[in-house]
Amino acid sequence: MQLIKKTNIDFIGKRKISFVISAIIAIIGVIGIVQIARNAANMGIDFSGGTSVQLNFNQPVPIDKARLVLANNNLKEANLQEVKDTNRLLIKVGKTTLASGNVAETIKGVFTKEFPENAFIVESSTEIGPSIGDKLKQDTLIAVGISLLGIILYIAWRFDFKFGVGATLATLHDVLAMVAVFYLLNKEINLLFVTAVLTIAGYSLTDTVVVFDRIRENLHKKLSEPLTDVFNGSINEVLSRTVITSLTTFLAAISLLLFGGEVIHDFAFALVVGIIVATYSSIFIASPIVIELEIRKSDSNNKMTCLESNE
Amino acid sequence: MAKNLAWRISLILIFIFLSFLYLTPTVCTTLPSWWTGVLPKDKIHLGLDLQGGTHLVMEVETQKAIEGTLDLIASDLEDVLNSKNIRFKRVARIGTDLVQITLFDKGSAEDVQRQVKNKYPELEQLAPVDDGGFVSLQLRMDQNAVRDRKDKTVAQALETIRNRIDQFGVSEPLIQREGVNHIVVQLPGIKDPKRAIELIGKTARLEFKLVDESVNASAATPGTIPEDDEILMERISNPSTGAVSDIPIVVKKKAIITGDLLTDAQVRIDSQFNQPYVGIEFNATGARLFDQVTAANVGKRFAIVLDNTVYSAPVIRERISGGSAQISGSYGEKEAADLAIVLRAGSLPAPVKVVQNVTVGPSIGQDSIHKGLLAGATGVALVVIFMAIYYRLAGFVANFGMVLNILYLMGALAALGATLTLPGIAAIVLLVGMSVDSNVLIFERIKEEIRLGRTPRMSIDSGYDKAFMTIMDSHVTTLITAAVLFQFGTGPVKGFAVSLSLGIIINLFTSLVATKVIFDSFLRRVDVKKLSI
Repeated sequence: MQLIKKTNIDFIGKRKISFVISAIIAIIGVIGIVQIARNAANMGIDFSGGTSVQLNFNQPVPIDKARLVLANNNLKEANLQEVKDTNRLLIKVGKTTLASGNVAETIKGVFTKEFPENAFIVESSTEIGPSIGDKLKQDTLIAVGISLLGIILYIAWRFDFKFGVGATLATLHDVLAMVAVFYLLNKEINLLFVTAVLTIAGYSLTDTVVVFDRIRENLHKKLSEPLTDVFNGSINEVLSRTVITSLTTFLAAISLLLFGGEVIHDFAFALVVGIIVATYSSIFIASPIVIELEIRKSDSNNKMTCLESNE
Repeated sequence: MAKNLAWRISLILIFIFLSFLYLTPTVCTTLPSWWTGVLPKDKIHLGLDLQGGTHLVMEVETQKAIEGTLDLIASDLEDVLNSKNIRFKRVARIGTDLVQITLFDKGSAEDVQRQVKNKYPELEQLAPVDDGGFVSLQLRMDQNAVRDRKDKTVAQALETIRNRIDQFGVSEPLIQREGVNHIVVQLPGIKDPKRAIELIGKTARLEFKLVDESVNASAATPGTIPEDDEILMERISNPSTGAVSDIPIVVKKKAIITGDLLTDAQVRIDSQFNQPYVGIEFNATGARLFDQVTAANVGKRFAIVLDNTVYSAPVIRERISGGSAQISGSYGEKEAADLAIVLRAGSLPAPVKVVQNVTVGPSIGQDSIHKGLLAGATGVALVVIFMAIYYRLAGFVANFGMVLNILYLMGALAALGATLTLPGIAAIVLLVGMSVDSNVLIFERIKEEIRLGRTPRMSIDSGYDKAFMTIMDSHVTTLITAAVLFQFGTGPVKGFAVSLSLGIIINLFTSLVATKVIFDSFLRRVDVKKLSI
C-alpha cells in the first residue's frame, strides 16, 4: 500500500508564502513570550507561585455564586474554572491575595461554611511559594536554552553551519507556534507545557534531520543538478516517510488528548499542535531557509560554493 | 551469518527474560517465599499524581541555626567571663554573624580576647572599638564555618524529619535533600496531609524556663521587662466552652533544661480528668539538672515552652527526682500523639517552612491511571492497525518491534525502581508513535531499493544500512532534550524524561537489531520473490 505516490511538489518555490505565514505565527509567539516574561499570560502556579485547589462537589455549584462567596472572604482575585460536564471546580489564587494563613485551608473552610448541603472532596491541592516559582522559571529557561544549544551544536557538527541555522530556526519556529496557540487560546503555561515544547523541539529536529540527511546524500550524488531541484527532490523523496511518521505519532498523541483525562489534556493538546507544526516546518521552513542562505551566499560570491558540503 | 543470527536471537530472548524477571515484583503483589537473594525486588512505583499523596518541598531556615549557635556562644561566653571574674556590660549576638562583647574599659579587652581565643579558636576577632565610653569587641564566625554549619543543619533536619515520618507510619515515603537548603518529602497515599505537615514542620524545641514572678505579665511590654526576660504566650482553653485564649506570661530568657536531654516521650491519659498528656523521661544529665532546679525553686512556677508557646506553667510543689515530668496542656489525643512523636524524634535544628505543597486526592489518582491506560491502549491499537494495513507483513514486524520496545522499557523502569507518572505514561504512548518511526524510515528505504530493482534480501540489507545514520541522528537529538529535561525537571517532568530517554535508547536496539532478525531468519528459510511491504 502506498499513501503517497511519487510526488514532485515544488516546496522550495513556495517558500515566500510559507515564510510569510510562519513570520506571522512567530510574531504572535514572540508577543506570547514577552507576555509570559511579564507574567501577563495565563501562568500556571508552578511558575507564578500561589495556590490551586480542585474540588469535586456532589451537586453543581453556580460559578458566579462561588466567585461571590470567595470574594466575600478576602479571595477576590481567585480564578475559577469549571471542569466540563462535572461538578468539579478549579480555584487558583495568586501568591499575594491572603496576607497570612493557609489559602487552601481557607478555601475549603469557605465552601464548607457557605455550601453546607453540598458536600465536596478535595481532589488536589497545590501550594507553591514564590521563591520556588521564580527558581523554576529560571531553571526552565536554562533548560530550554541548553537543549537548543546542544541541538544546534550537534546539527552543526553533523552537517554544516547553514543547516544548523535552518534546523534551529525551524525548531524555534515550532516553539513559537506552540506558544502562539497557547497564548491565543489563553491556555495555562505551566511546567507540563514546557515539557511538551521541549519534546516537540526534539521531535521537530528528528523530522528535519531526516530531510537534511537525504539532501546531503543527494548533494553528493547529483552534482550537476541545480540546487533547488536537489532540495525539492529530496523533500519529495522523504515526504511519505515524513507524513507516515507524523501520522503514527499523531495517532498516539490524539488518543492521549481524547482519552487521557483532564490532567494531561492541555499537555496532549500541546503535543498534537506541536506535531502538526513540526511536520509543516520540516518541509516548508527548514530546507527553504538553507536554500535562501545558499542563494544569498552564491549571489555575493557569484559561484556555487554550496556543493562542497562538508561532512 | 547463521552464527551471527543465533547470537542476535539469543540476545533478544535474554532481554525478554530479564524484562519479565524485573517486572515480576511489579506485577505480583505478593512474591513467593523463594523469591529471595539476588532476584530483583525493585518495582515500578506510581507517582503521586497516580496514587494520590503529598509532595512537599521544605525550606530549612539555616540562617536561624547560625543565629542559634551564636546565641549559645554568647551565653557560654557570659558564663566564662563570670567565672573568671571579668567585668563586662553585656554579651549578645549582633545581626546575623557577629557576637559582641561590651566591656567597661580597654584594660580588660586583652584578657577577654585571650579567653575567647582559648575557648573558641575558630572565631575571628575584630579589633576592639571605642563605643560611647564602652569598649566593644566583635567576634565573627568564619564564612566556611557558616557554610559548614548550614550544611550540617540541613542534614540534621533531614534525619529528624525522616525519624518523625518513620514513627508516624507512612509506607514508602521519599525524603531527600534538594539543592542547598531544600528537603523534598513525598508521602504517597496519605489520608490526612494537614496533620502530617504540622508534624513534619514543627520545630519542637522544648525548653523549661523559670517564670519571672516579679513582673506583672498582663501589663508587660517588651520595653519594660528586664533584659534577660521575655514575654511568651500561654495557650489556655476553657474546658467547658472550648474557647482558646492566649495569655501573656513573662519568663527568663535562658532555658534551664532543653529537649535534647530527653530519652522518651509517651502519651498517657490523666485518670482524674480523663485528659491526655505527654509523659517525658530525662537522661542522666537532664534528671540531675531537673532535680537541682526543682529543689532550688520550690514554690515558683516553671514554664514548659514548646516553640516559644507556653504549654503549661505549673507551680513546683516539691523537689522532683527520678527524671520524669509531664506536659499537660489543652490538646486532644491526636495532638498529644504527634507531640510525643516530635519529642521522641528530636527537635529540628532550625525552623522549616513549606514552600511547595502538592496534594493529590486518591480518587483523581485512580481516575488518572484508568484514563492513562485507556489512552495508552487506544494509541497502541491505532498505531498497530495503521502499520499492519500500510506495511502488511512488514508492518507486523514493526509492531513486534514496538511491543518489544514497551516490554523492555517497562523492565528497565522496574529494574531502576523508577517512578511512573502521568506524563511518564504520556511519554510511553508518544514513544509508541516514535518507535515505529525508525521502522518507517527503514521500510521506506527498502521500498525505494525495491523500486530500483534490487532483490528482497539486498533491499532489506541496504535499507537498514542507509537508514542507520539517519536514525542515529534523530535519536541523538531527542536524547539531548530528554537529558536536559531530566537534569532540570522535578517530579512528573522527571518521570517523563526517564521514560522518554530509556525508550529512545531501547528503540535503537529494537528497531535496528530486533526487527532485522525477523527479516533475516525468514529470508534464510524462504526464498522470497516479493516482499510484503
